Amino acid sequence: MKASNPNPALSAVLRAGQPVTGHRPWPRFVVNVEIWNTLLAGLAKGRWNLLGLWAEPSMIHLAVHQVESETLSVASLPCPTGTFPSVGRWHPPAQRLERTITDLVGLLPDASPDLRPWLDHGRWPHRYPLGSSIAPTEAMPPYPFLPVEGESLHQIPVGPVHAGIIEPGHFRFTANGEAVVRLEERLGYVHKGIERLLNGAPLERVARLVGRVSGDSTVSYAWAFARAVEAATATEIPARAAWLRALMAELERLANHCGDIGAICNDAAFALMLAHCAVLREQVLRASATCFGHRLLMDCVIPGGVAVDLSADGVSLLRALIVEMRRAFPPLIKLYDHTPSLQDRTANTGTLNPMLAHQFGCGGVIGRAAGRAFDARRQPGYPPYDQLEFTVPTRRESDVNARVWVRIREVEQSLALIEQILERLPSGPLCEALNRPEQVVEGMALIEGFRGDILLWLRLAADGTVACCHPRDPSWFQWPLLEAVIEGNIVADFPLCNKSFNCSYSGHDL
Amino acid sequence: MRKLLLQNVWRSPLTLPAPAPSAQALAELGAKVDQLAHQRLGRSLAIREVDAGSCNGCELEIHALNNAFYDLERFGFHFVASPRHADVLLVTGPVTHNMREALERTYAATPDPKWVVAVGDCGRDGGVFAGSYACVGGVAEVIPVDLHIPGCPPTPLQLLEGLLALLQVA
Ligand code: SF4
Repeated sequence: MKASNPNPALSAVLRAGQPVTGHRPWPRFVVNVEIWNTLLAGLAKGRWNLLGLWAEPSMIHLAVHQVESETLSVASLPCPTGTFPSVGRWHPPAQRLERTITDLVGLLPDASPDLRPWLDHGRWPHRYPLGSSIAPTEAMPPYPFLPVEGESLHQIPVGPVHAGIIEPGHFRFTANGEAVVRLEERLGYVHKGIERLLNGAPLERVARLVGRVSGDSTVSYAWAFARAVEAATATEIPARAAWLRALMAELERLANHCGDIGAICNDAAFALMLAHCAVLREQVLRASATCFGHRLLMDCVIPGGVAVDLSADGVSLLRALIVEMRRAFPPLIKLYDHTPSLQDRTANTGTLNPMLAHQFGCGGVIGRAAGRAFDARRQPGYPPYDQLEFTVPTRRESDVNARVWVRIREVEQSLALIEQILERLPSGPLCEALNRPEQVVEGMALIEGFRGDILLWLRLAADGTVACCHPRDPSWFQWPLLEAVIEGNIVADFPLCNKSFNCSYSGHDL
Repeated sequence: MRKLLLQNVWRSPLTLPAPAPSAQALAELGAKVDQLAHQRLGRSLAIREVDAGSCNGCELEIHALNNAFYDLERFGFHFVASPRHADVLLVTGPVTHNMREALERTYAATPDPKWVVAVGDCGRDGGVFAGSYACVGGVAEVIPVDLHIPGCPPTPLQLLEGLLALLQVA
């Protein structure tokens, strides 16, 4: 595990691999074990970030990003023996992704510290659904939770069905009196087998499915898919389409952040904030429905452009929405800021070690509240954000309060972005016909959803259908941190911490 | 805070007038509910929501039922934290294999008389996820369903229409 150069640039390491033609916009290299190991060493040392790890039956793909040098790349390691050198052994953020690869594809990480299944609960009709797809020969033994030893500890199992109207997952708390000693998550309950449904499907069907990987982020997912297809086919979309996508994406961010700010306060038993924030959220959804025909904006972004134009009265309607939000939002912020009993619950609760945020390449509000300023709209960036003015708010405290404040500031930024878009929305067509590739092509995109950066990688077959497609939710690098954040907090603060993270179950379980 | 509260006392309410119960839902329910249940429950129903594999889209719209525009509680509906307290299970999603047992156990934990409402295209027949190795299909494949509210996701108004129909017969 030693790199020849003590601090190599990512591009220099990868150059030793075999470039794959037809992979856009960032390069992909087929690498040997030596390069693979150098990449893992770089991950472990924090020289570059893990963006994604997924596999096909005979090959594993690792997406890495070196932010300083603006290098983003995929390294693919052939796995003729069905194994690969474990990434998670050197870089813990990869562990759950590796367990997923074993569950879905059947490849085994060599010398992995954790070989327990993750998404496979032993209930599917066959094992390795993206690989050999064989019928299970024996029942899966009960899931071995990590052992906890010590005096006067007790366990609290929660879920998969939770008390509120939220997605299902299991949390195993070990507590010493009131204080949480360890939280262990058990996810996978909403695994829908989406990846296999995508393989071999026509573009329209894949667009609908990808837009339902996580319904709260439908615009961002659909945008990631569309952009990856456009990259693969080298299709330029009309300017108006890109701007309308950004408009929808900011409406999505606005609606979700409003909902989250209210919901976090509600979990501190301050229902007044929820009541008011829910009204703001509803107003955004109604405006979205009037402007684009769907409250959550599902199926509005399609490969090549957008499916719907902004309705005729849309501009004035959205302007009125901005005015209303700028009137109604500040008193709520003031209420939040000036209620000591509420601040008492959110400040210094659920503090995330910023080192962990960096190690996990944790995106979105959680990362930014811990000082990690990453925002895919900035880097690698994509139109029209390069022509729009906005800041990426960050905080240092890394607690629930900081996550609320980053959301508040992002609401303000989204309002300003929508205002700019309405002012300068280019005219022109909504959609461009995709170039027909003559051969197999591959594309990739990184889009900033309200939770963080969504990675999407795909391969298009020569007939234009999707050969395979892998969407990676930002929650993959956030869920594990929730386990770290809750340690030492009281059990009663878990809902607060959890809500301030608001990770996706569906996006993660896929 | 006092100012905000006061302002809202004087402001006219945001709440929408009640929609008519959906005719289609009424027809589906027509034969299913007996007089006894009506007498026992009056016009108050406790709902337990169960996500059995949803994409979270349906949950967002179910949540919206509680906001000031739809104000579900004015009709006597309220969401409860435990199936033991519930009269109605509101189930979303294409029922993943991994959630099947949890759904069955939630159903078993709900006291009689009870109703099951399957929400969304997924709850009806698996929706876009139908045919996946990881999904069972509609909610009715796993537990008896009294009412379907289709849509992807159904809007809060559509949800309200369906639930009001349930209230008429319940
Ligand atoms: S019906 Fe649509 S919104 Fe509801 S869970 Fe299914 S895909 Fe999501």
